[in-house]
Amino acid sequence: MDLLQIANRTFRSRLMVGTGKFSSHQAMLDAMEHSGCEIVTVALRRVDINNPQDSLLAHIDQNRYLLLPNTSGARTAEEAIRLARIARAAGCEPWIKLEVTPDPYYLLPDPIETLKATEILVKEGFIVLPYMPADPVLAKRLEEAGAATVMPLGAPIGTNRGLLTRDLIAIIIEQAQIPVVVDAGLGAPSHAAEAMEMGAAAVLVNTALADTPDPAAMGQAFCKGVEAGREAYLAGLGPKRQQASASSPLTGFLRDES
Amino acid sequence: MRIIVNGNEKQVKDHTSIATLLELVGVNPEQVVAEHKGTIVSPQHYHGTFLNDGDTIELIQFVGGG
Repeated sequence: MDLLQIANRTFRSRLMVGTGKFSSHQAMLDAMEHSGCEIVTVALRRVDINNPQDSLLAHIDQNRYLLLPNTSGARTAEEAIRLARIARAAGCEPWIKLEVTPDPYYLLPDPIETLKATEILVKEGFIVLPYMPADPVLAKRLEEAGAATVMPLGAPIGTNRGLLTRDLIAIIIEQAQIPVVVDAGLGAPSHAAEAMEMGAAAVLVNTALADTPDPAAMGQAFCKGVEAGREAYLAGLGPKRQQASASSPLTGFLRDES
Repeated sequence: MRIIVNGNEKQVKDHTSIATLLELVGVNPEQVVAEHKGTIVSPQHYHGTFLNDGDTIELIQFVGGG
């Protein structure tokens, strides 16, 4: 069976789903269900003490889904480490999707702070999945620091623009000894399939599922896209050519050959 | 006394514990993590951790995120 292995865990699904921006908890749960995902990301924020709401955890079956808390909102390694420790204190397994994004406009990850935080969190026993720019050198540095995966961005978070970083992700995949999970910017099942065809180990989507009239159907569509891409990768894509290569025989035409 | 909860000033009685504060605010203790003056407090210590005038408390919970 073709399983995804990250650290000491294996997963059947290669699609991770983010839980942000859904119109309701039910829409989120429907998308999760139909996507077939086994890993879902969550964020940490201050309780609104003037209007406290139920924690998201009240709605997610943790026997079914592995919670992957993120450090979104962190602008420095120090802030990210604080959030990781809080997530662990909340009783989660010590898995953390490390995000350090000081720039509020493009939410691009800070490579230096991301590496710094990875080094510290790995030493503290966390399974670290860092969100990163699609930089092959940084990917190797994160791997050497003990990251469980690398998560290069396809395009800025929430943009649905697809694999703008395709060529760099190809190099990351070629060189990585740990799973490469393409995260951010994947807006269509075809984007997810493309990443999987290239040999990505998994993809993560959120906005593409949350920002659609039918999250459940889109979850299912992404599930199929990921599976199709993975199967194509395992089958092996045919080579690309400049000139035509006929699929039909080039003999026996219904005309006199001169 | 005056404490700061998630950046908001709040008046509470002397000898208020974190457990009492959570009750006052209306938060389920099983669904939050509390930081007292920058240090994470384990839930088993909510009853035994008492607040002092000027203390900062952060109450944090999981929300949707990607």
